[in-house]
Formats: sequence, structure tokens, C-alpha cells
Amino acid sequence: MSNDNNTQTVELTALQRGDRGAFALMVDANSDQIYRLALKMLGNEQDAEDVLQETFIKAFKNIHRFEGRSKLSTWLYRIAVNESLMILRKRKGITVDIDQDFETDDGELMPRQITDWCCLPEKELMSAETRHAIDQAIKTLSDTNRAAFLLRDVEGLSTQEAAEVLNISESALKVRLMRARMALRESLTGYFSDKMQSKV
Amino acid sequence: MEQLNAYIDGELDSSLCKQLESHLETCTDCQVVLNTLNKTIELCRKDGRETTLPPDARQRLLASLGLDDDAQQEG
Repeated sequence: MSNDNNTQTVELTALQRGDRGAFALMVDANSDQIYRLALKMLGNEQDAEDVLQETFIKAFKNIHRFEGRSKLSTWLYRIAVNESLMILRKRKGITVDIDQDFETDDGELMPRQITDWCCLPEKELMSAETRHAIDQAIKTLSDTNRAAFLLRDVEGLSTQEAAEVLNISESALKVRLMRARMALRESLTGYFSDKMQSKV
Repeated sequence: MEQLNAYIDGELDSSLCKQLESHLETCTDCQVVLNTLNKTIELCRKDGRETTLPPDARQRLLASLGLDDDAQQEG
């Protein structure tokens, strides 16, 4: 058993015993990433805070059911994603799915814009305006593709872990991830192309 | 696109990997797509990872869980 697993076993025993100190430690260790995920899923600070609170309330109530077969953090992500998707379902009609924009008639994904913007200076690539463009692009992904992208590419979960959080197969996760990456690349390529042209 | 994504994740079979790399040497469009895909992921990750829970939201969270005292003791 790895050190990580040993630590988790000790934590889990304390958590299942109802140790408040252990629970406070778990909240501290995981609240940043759960908040971050919820904020990017929902695009709203108040909703993200609600998801954060609900995630830990549910974790506290159901910790006796957690068997430790996955990481504690993976289990928390799963609760948070489900809570976020529930809020998004209630909001129906607000999100716009742009994933089909670059799909051919036979369903194959093809990049539309071929502009190399990687050469732009770093300060331009990470300016406040660019960050806003990134947030907007992430918001326009479909809910399920956004969740796949955030878990795998922002939070850094493995394909297996992200699939587990979303309760889908690894191959389904890869499809969602590819569609999200493609859509984001198209959005950012459009954004940076405009910037490059305005300089000419 | 599936192969390009698998390549980014280091999950492409070694023979396909070689084929793709030799294609990339001569195909500028695919190079651009690969580079901008990688950069897109990098920018989104950087942007996302800088978000942290604001201190007042943390206090509200701990209070809602009845953990404010425990967190102070741990801290």
C-alpha cells in the first residue's frame, strides 16, 4: 500500500468515527478544488459556494458508505459534479452547445481554423481579457463535455478517475474530452486570430 | 482528431505514434492544430488553477458545517 493509501485509510477511519478534526482537515484539503470545479461548471460564485457546502454536507452524512476503493477526493468530485449538474438542469436553456460547429456531415470532428497563435507573447496569452475569453469559451461547452474537460485537463485527474467521477466508460470520457478540447481550441483560435489581425 | 488527442495524452500506440510524428514533420496544418490544442489546454489549466476559495467563503463554509472551532484548532 502506498503512503497516500495509508494516509487515506487513517483519515477514513477517523472520518467514519465522526472525528470533527479529521473532517475539518478533509474540508481544508479539498475545498479549493471543489470550489474551483463548481465555479467553472456554473460560472457563478454563489452557486459554486452552494455546491461546495452541499458537497461536504453530503460527504459528512454518507462517509460511512464510502468504502475507500477510490480516492476520497475523487468521491468528493463526484458529489460536486452531480450537484452542479443538478443546478444546471434547473437552469435549462441557458447553455449553448457549440460542440457541433466543427462536425462534418458524417459526424467526424474537423478543425475549422488553422491559425498559429502560440507565438503570441505570454503576457497577451494570459491577460485579463484572455482569461475572460477562456471563461466564456468554457461556459459555452455542453455541461457533460465541460465536466470531462475540467476534471481531466484542469484538475489533472487521470482518464480512469475522471470517468469514475462521471460514471461513464473511459472511452466515453475520451470522446467528451476531445470534443471539449476541440471546441475550446476553435474559440481561442477565433479570439486570438481577431487580435492578430487587428495588429496588422 | 482522436489520434491527436491520444497523442497529447501520451496514450497513442507506439507504431501509430511514429506514423503521426512522421506526418507532423510534413503537415503544417496538423502541427498548428497540435500546438494550439496543447496551448489551449495549458492556458485553461493555468487560468483554472489560479482560482482559490475566497477567505470569507471559507468562513461561511466552516460555519455552515459547524466546524469553525475545529478548523481554528487544526490551524
